[in-house]
Amino acid sequence: MPKLLITNGRVIDPSQNMDRVTNLLVVDGRIAAYDAQSDGSAEVIDATGWIVAPGLIDIHVHLREPGFEDAETIATGTAAAVNGGFTSVACMPNTDPPIDTQGTVELIRQTAVEKGLCNVFVVACVSQNREGKQLAEIAQLVEAGAVGFSDDGSPVHDAELMRRAFEYCKMFDKPVMNHAEVCELSQKGVMHEGLVSLVLGLAAIPAAAEDVMISRDISLAEATGGRLHVMHVSTVNGVEALRRAKLRGVRVTAEVTPHHFTLTDDCLRTFDSNYKMNPPLRGQEHVETIIAGLKDGTIDCIACDHAPHPKEKKMQELDQAPFGIVGLETSLGLVVTRLIAPGHLDWSTALAKMTINPARILKLNKGTLQIGAAADITVIDPDVRWQVDPAKLRSKSSNTPFAGWELQGRAEIVVVGGVVKLRRNALPY
Amino acid sequence: MTTESAILEELGEVPAFWMRRHLLGLEELSAEEITLILDKAAIFRRVLDSHGRKIVTLAGKTCCNLFFENSTRTKTSFALAARRLGADTLDFSASNSSLSKGETFIDTARNIEAMGIDAMIVRHQTPGSPHLLSQNLRCSVINAGDGAHEHPTQGLLDIMTIRQRRGSLKGLTVALVGDILFSRTARSNIWGLKKLGAHVIVCGPSTLVSPRWAELGVEYCYSLDDILPRVDVLNLLRIQFERQATRPFPSVREYAHLYTMDSERLARTKPDVLILAPGPINRGVEVTPDVADGPQSAILDQVTNGVAVRMAVLWLLCKNKMTNDEGVPN
Repeated sequence: MPKLLITNGRVIDPSQNMDRVTNLLVVDGRIAAYDAQSDGSAEVIDATGWIVAPGLIDIHVHLREPGFEDAETIATGTAAAVNGGFTSVACMPNTDPPIDTQGTVELIRQTAVEKGLCNVFVVACVSQNREGKQLAEIAQLVEAGAVGFSDDGSPVHDAELMRRAFEYCKMFDKPVMNHAEVCELSQKGVMHEGLVSLVLGLAAIPAAAEDVMISRDISLAEATGGRLHVMHVSTVNGVEALRRAKLRGVRVTAEVTPHHFTLTDDCLRTFDSNYKMNPPLRGQEHVETIIAGLKDGTIDCIACDHAPHPKEKKMQELDQAPFGIVGLETSLGLVVTRLIAPGHLDWSTALAKMTINPARILKLNKGTLQIGAAADITVIDPDVRWQVDPAKLRSKSSNTPFAGWELQGRAEIVVVGGVVKLRRNALPY
Repeated sequence: MTTESAILEELGEVPAFWMRRHLLGLEELSAEEITLILDKAAIFRRVLDSHGRKIVTLAGKTCCNLFFENSTRTKTSFALAARRLGADTLDFSASNSSLSKGETFIDTARNIEAMGIDAMIVRHQTPGSPHLLSQNLRCSVINAGDGAHEHPTQGLLDIMTIRQRRGSLKGLTVALVGDILFSRTARSNIWGLKKLGAHVIVCGPSTLVSPRWAELGVEYCYSLDDILPRVDVLNLLRIQFERQATRPFPSVREYAHLYTMDSERLARTKPDVLILAPGPINRGVEVTPDVADGPQSAILDQVTNGVAVRMAVLWLLCKNKMTNDEGVPN
């Protein structure tokens, strides 16, 4: 394996409170030294003016394989991840078949090794067949490599099952990751309930549908000592409940998507299904609360809920079109443009939410540039402005609401395990 | 009796300020545009009341009713309006469509359009579906009701009926009663009425009327009895049982107890109060038969005005400069 010497970059590694311009040497796929000088044996990557960060991690990604290969595959999804600057993703189990057996976990891990461009970690089902009735064989799934448990796509509806999931997962110190939604309250809603839904006459999902579930899950985690990870929190009261729970010492973490800190329900006025996601885009007060939650640490990490769908499925009536958007290739740009550039977060805090924090939530041995760590590195141009072109996405799907947006900040070089997987200037565009 | 040439002269050309190719809702129309439609509709109403009942100005144009949701009166009204103008009509219902074969509704509409359609009249249970079609078709798209969002021609015909009786909307107090939450008619009425200067009250049970409606500049209330003495117009909306995922009130009997417009309630209104109902009505639920058929009721007039309004809309969309001078506009 060739040596790499990344020179003159501003290395920001929140895991070791590092923020300084230095040369970083990679040998045998591992971080070997700082302040290294070229001896002619390493490939030199000039990172002058760029930021050298631990490889970005997204713990909420739908790779769609097996079962929905018309939308995405492990190969295309990880290509999208690398193009977006990510070196590790955790994939969700709402595949067909769902990831509720050792065999499926192994299939995904094996396919990722053979065809994937980045590290793929597997989140397996909480319940058998994602039916919310009986616990999946969690011990065996852990043995096969599952890093967390979720019925994502559906919430764990049954409170008693959720309680047992917390208790059982405690044995393995794995988090239960819940999509917080009380379905009786959301019904067939397609957007956030508010003035916009009232004007448009669209069936709506109240914020309370999320608030109630987050509060329930916090109570159960508190009662059992289990570990809760709240996925894509999107509401004022949800963030507030998390803040209070953390103060009490409840073992709870939370993520937010870039679209929930960027867009509001007002976008639905276009009736464009690329604004249809679950949880739905909320009102401005929710966006502001989420940003406050990112600033004060209530929200631990940023995860994009990458949800590819083929065009023909999204080009349907709003109630027929599926929920979700692709996000891996716009996530970093939105973090820079909407959080860092306006001064909400500094680089170190923002990168922590995309590296060491998600790694800690799933206990991944990732997200750091410490000497000896696997060389997963993302080199970012913090200033470059670029336009989102759906035709240029590496994802198999292009269902993004950010088409045509000008974003700031982009991954230029992505190294996974010491191997360069992306060189932006070598791309045809 | 007015002669055809005199009518054509009175209609004149479509004014230059009318720049629309589609009619998707009343929210985006200006007061001037709404008044233009109503003025032209008044002329067409005279045509309908005359012996000939017809004025051939859209010969060679083809209007298609593309209905994904059941309808009798709106569909018939549009078809008749098109024929009264000399246009050809075509009917397409989702029940006998290829939708069940997996075709998307945009593909379905594109296929029909390719047969040579000038105006696509669309009804759909999902809000925004006509808007989606307007972005994907080259012909005019008319929203004939999209879920609970808008039903612009219904709003226009309600307003036309009030204007016909009262001359102007300015200063009138109009109450929309009943299933406000699920009513596209309510929304179209609110936009149109407010633009023309009326005061609007939405009245119904608190599960169907939330304080949020006040943000649209309307008054909201839960008690029909409280507002009876001060309203000039009562528009009694149908309960949209088919749209309600969960029952918003305990029973039809309890609803009727609070909101049915009967003779006892009518006695407490202004003597010249006008009763409208967009129909179809659930007799005995929104309104009792004696009130529906009584002297204050304009329910059947609404139906006739519906044809006139739709003639005006088709005429404006098919005859305006954009559609005709530059071929098919973008």
